Amino acid sequence: MAVEFEVNKREVWDGNYAASQALRQADVDVVVAYPITPSTPIVENYGSYVGNGYIDGEFIMVESEHAAMSGCIGASASGGRVATATSSQGFALMVEVLYQASGMRLPIILNVVNRALAAPLNVRGDHADMYLGRDSGWIQFAAFNAQEAYDLALMAFRVAEHHDVRLPTMIHQDGFITSHTAQNVYPLSNEVAAKFVGVIDPIDDMLDFSKPVTYGAQTEEDWHFEHKAKQHKAIIDSVPVIDAIFAEFKELSGREYKRIESYDMEDADVCVIGLGTTVESARVAAKEMRAEGVKAGVVAIRCFRPFPYEELRTVLENCKSIAVTDRSSPGGAMGAFYNEVAAAMMTSQSRPLVTNYIYGLGGRDISIENLKEIFKEQQANADAGYITTDIQQFTNLRGPKLSFFKTDRS
Amino acid sequence: MTEIRWHSRAGQGAVSGAKGLGDVVATTGKEVQAFALYGSAKRGAALRAYNRISDEQIFNHAKFMNPDYVLVIDPALAFSDNIEVNEKPETKYIITTHLSKADLIAGIPALHGKEDRVYVVDCVQISLDTIKRSMPNSPMLGAFVKISGMFELDYFLENMKRVLKKFPQKIIDANMEAITRAYNEVN
Repeated sequence: MAVEFEVNKREVWDGNYAASQALRQADVDVVVAYPITPSTPIVENYGSYVGNGYIDGEFIMVESEHAAMSGCIGASASGGRVATATSSQGFALMVEVLYQASGMRLPIILNVVNRALAAPLNVRGDHADMYLGRDSGWIQFAAFNAQEAYDLALMAFRVAEHHDVRLPTMIHQDGFITSHTAQNVYPLSNEVAAKFVGVIDPIDDMLDFSKPVTYGAQTEEDWHFEHKAKQHKAIIDSVPVIDAIFAEFKELSGREYKRIESYDMEDADVCVIGLGTTVESARVAAKEMRAEGVKAGVVAIRCFRPFPYEELRTVLENCKSIAVTDRSSPGGAMGAFYNEVAAAMMTSQSRPLVTNYIYGLGGRDISIENLKEIFKEQQANADAGYITTDIQQFTNLRGPKLSFFKTDRS
Repeated sequence: MTEIRWHSRAGQGAVSGAKGLGDVVATTGKEVQAFALYGSAKRGAALRAYNRISDEQIFNHAKFMNPDYVLVIDPALAFSDNIEVNEKPETKYIITTHLSKADLIAGIPALHGKEDRVYVVDCVQISLDTIKRSMPNSPMLGAFVKISGMFELDYFLENMKRVLKKFPQKIIDANMEAITRAYNEVN
C-alpha cells in the first residue's frame, strides 16, 4: 500500500513538478525513461515517488529514448497504465517508436516539454519537437501554464485509455517558460484525482493468456492502408470523448477546457492565434490594444491533434486579419501551423487575411510589445483590406528585418 | 503587479530564493511567478531570476520586465552586471555589499542620484555568521521584506519555516536568524 503524499489546495509548482504529481495521482504503473533537459524532473520525480513508497509503480531507466518508448510499448501492451516524458533530441530519437505506439493503438501518455532541436545546441523552448510529432498518430494537447500541464496530464489518461479512442496522447508544455517557472497551481486532492482518472481497463492485453494476441503484425498493400485510415478516423472520432472528458473535469474543478480556446473574440477585428505560453502573453497584449481602441482577440489551439478545423472557422468567421504564430523554423515553407489555419480559412465564407509570424526559436523572448506590434500590423491589414506586409515575417530577430512571400494583388 | 529581478551567481541560491519568496507570497492569496534565466548552468556564472506578484492570475510569460525591485546577492555583480537595465524611475535596489551605501554608490555610476532608492545589506557576512557558509539568498529575503513592507517579519518567518521544512531544524533556525538580521540591518 502506497504512502499518502500530502498535497495542499494551493501549491506553487513549476510545470515539471505539476506533471509529475499528475503521474503520481494517476497511479501510473510503469514509467520507462531516458531523461533529457528540460523534462528530466518529471520522470526523476516519478522515480522518487516509487523509491519513497508514495506509489506502487515501476521506474525503468533505459539506454535511449528509442528504448524508453519501446519499453512503454511493452508495458502498455501488457495492460499497464504507462507514461513517460521527453524533449527535443530525445523526442526526435523516439519518433520511429511513436508511430509504432499509435499504430498498435496503445494508450501511452507522453509529457513533452518542448525544446528546440539542434544544431546549434539549445536547451530552451520552441515547438520544433512538437511539430515533429504532428503526423505520428498521437493526440496532442497543449498546456499554456503549469496548472494546465497538470490538468491535461490527468485528463490525457482518460482520453487515451477510453475504449472508443485507444490512442497514445501527448501533453505539451513550453520548456523552461512553463517547465521551470513556478506559479500557483490548484491541484485536486489525491482522492478526487484518483477517482477522476479511475483504473485502466485494458483491451487485448498480452498478459491475458486465455486470449493470445499479436502486436505489430506485418501488413503490406493488402491491409496497411485500411489500418492507417482507421487510425486517422479514430483520431477524428476522439472529438466527442475529449469534449465529454473536458466537461466532466470542469464539473470537478471549475476549470474549463476547450479544443480551441478564444479570448476577447466576440467582436474582434484582428487576432493572434498561437500555442503555448505565448497565448497568455498575447491575451495581455490584446487587452492593452483594446485600451488603445483596437478590437483585438486571441485564439489558441488546445488540441493540436485532432486539429479543430471546423471550430476554427466558426471562431475566426468575423475576424478581418489573423496573425498565425509559429515557434518552429519553417525550413523553406510557411509555418506548419500557418498552413493549417490558412487551409481552414480558405474554405470559409469570409476568407480573412492570414499572415505568418515566426518567433521565439531556441527560447528567444516574446514581449508584450512584440505582440502589440503584431496586432498593429493586423489592424493595418484590416484597414487596407489586404496584407500590407510580406506574408511571413520573423519577430524579434537580430539583424535586418527578415520576411518572405508576397500577396498577388494584380 | 509587482516585478522583481534577482542578480546572482549560480550556486548562491537566487532561484531558490525567488521560488521561496513565491511560495510565501502565495500563502497570502496572491498569484506568483518565479523563474530564472541562465546560460550554461555552471556554478559561478552570472544569472538572473525573476518574480511577478499580482492579485490576479499572471498571464505575462515574457522574460522582459521593468522591475519594481532589483535584488543583487553577489557583491561583484553590482559593479559588473547592468543591474539598472530596464529600470523605472521608482525601481528600488537592494544590494549585498560590505561597503557603506555612500561608498557603493560612488563606485557605480549607474546608481548616482538614486541614493533614496538604493539599500545595502551584507548578505554574505550575515550568512557566514548564521548559516556558516556564503548563502546570501535567505538574508536578501529578510531585507526585501523590510524594504517592500509586503509582510510583517513574523508572518514571513512562519511561512518560510514551512517552505524549508525538508531541512534539519539547525538549518531552519540559522535561516530564520539570517532573515531577521538582514531585516534589521538593511539600510
